[in-house]
Amino acid sequence: MGKRTVIPFGPQHPVLPEPVHLDLVLEDETVVEAIPSIGFIHRGLEKLVELREYPEMVFVAERICGICSFGHSWGYCHAVEGLMNIEVPERAEYLRTIWHELGRVHSHLLWLGLLADSFGFESLFMQCWRLRETVLDLFEKTTGGRVIFSVSRVGGVLYDMDADTLAEMVRTLRGMEPEIRRICQVFADDASVRNRLCGVGVLSKEDAYALGAVGPTARGSGVAIDMRMTCHGKYQELGFEPIVETAGDCWARTQVRVREIYQSIDLIEKAVERIPEGEIAVPVKGNLPENACFLARVEQPRGEAVYYVKSSKATKFLERFRVRTPTCANLPALVKMLGGCDLADVPVIVLSIDPCISCTER
Amino acid sequence: MGVMKLSKTLFQNLFRKPDTKMYPVIQREYTERTKGHIGIDIENCLFCGMCARKCPCHAITVDRNSKTWSISRMQCIMCRCCVGYCPKHCLTMENTYTPPSTTKVVDTFTFVPPPAEEAPAETPAAE
Repeated sequence: MGKRTVIPFGPQHPVLPEPVHLDLVLEDETVVEAIPSIGFIHRGLEKLVELREYPEMVFVAERICGICSFGHSWGYCHAVEGLMNIEVPERAEYLRTIWHELGRVHSHLLWLGLLADSFGFESLFMQCWRLRETVLDLFEKTTGGRVIFSVSRVGGVLYDMDADTLAEMVRTLRGMEPEIRRICQVFADDASVRNRLCGVGVLSKEDAYALGAVGPTARGSGVAIDMRMTCHGKYQELGFEPIVETAGDCWARTQVRVREIYQSIDLIEKAVERIPEGEIAVPVKGNLPENACFLARVEQPRGEAVYYVKSSKATKFLERFRVRTPTCANLPALVKMLGGCDLADVPVIVLSIDPCISCTER
Repeated sequence: MGVMKLSKTLFQNLFRKPDTKMYPVIQREYTERTKGHIGIDIENCLFCGMCARKCPCHAITVDRNSKTWSISRMQCIMCRCCVGYCPKHCLTMENTYTPPSTTKVVDTFTFVPPPAEEAPAETPAAE
């Protein structure tokens, strides 16, 4: 056994978009143990429910994370709607589904770029982010914002999309698809990319299940867990099936996300075909019910997020708002993956769970 | 990557236009819904203060006595709550951005009543 050395990784590291710290215990070049620590970016957003009325809290929930902002606002609205027994119009649910899937395309393209950057493939990183711009333009056209949209409201959505806009959105996405396939072919076939991804950070199916991994991290290991299989949104009507890979390494997790981009485009097209006419929001007035709580689960691009809301008095203020984000659930799996890997593979493995520390610490 | 594929990519990259816009020669076009800044038609404002009460970040101040409406541009999060709650629909989300600044800008709008109209001239008596 070689001499053990502890190397700090983060919170400031070129590969990390956000601060997380890992103490890597090394034997020669091999990681024996990784001890994570978080807490560099805590903002106390959950505590703000005591100061913000429930309709205003949507904007705080949206700002938990800049990448999956629509998902967070949807999760919060879904939880409050469940608490108050509000039935959301069909069209609003379809619009939410469309925006959420568009957000998944943009999040996965961003992540593919970051992954390429983590193993030093700068031009691939630029190409992925160039494609992402088109999706951000679609967001700006339909919601007014590129990253923070402010279209979710308790009881529905703020803006409608007319048939022309919806058709143009599908046309744009279908036009992008050949380019996405051309770029993603590099992730699938290129020898240098495969050398950095295949067999790296392997997480077995049993470990993924036992450690509570969620999202593409779990699906890359063969665990078919996806909240879109449950009743949230309109995924049941759209015939959703989760995408699963079995290898459990970084390459499998990449392929899950690549295939999810195509699946999201298909889901958007189906939603546009089936979207009914009608109202986009119901008016929500009055106070919250007394002594009630609700738990909502939404599949974010990074995995399952859980939103818990609780009200104790008949006022406009919630007593408690709690978010369990996907990165929080994936950290134990990450620690498991890092055991036994090479030091040079640590950045790739850390990025393979798509860490979002802003979400985790809120 | 084969030599042919590599050469094709290389020549494409050498001779095509850049993906970025040639700003400032080509200006960016904003969409109809772009969240630029909040605008007000002060002539129609009732100074009821509904926008200030509904603003989640307390960016708006309304003074009924001096007939002023002011907004802190740095505090505004463009949530469009004020636009939705305004009973006279005099608030709008403009799709252009306010100019960048080094200080926290507060824009104040004051209602100036139109000059009192002169009494209509007496109509000439019908002959």
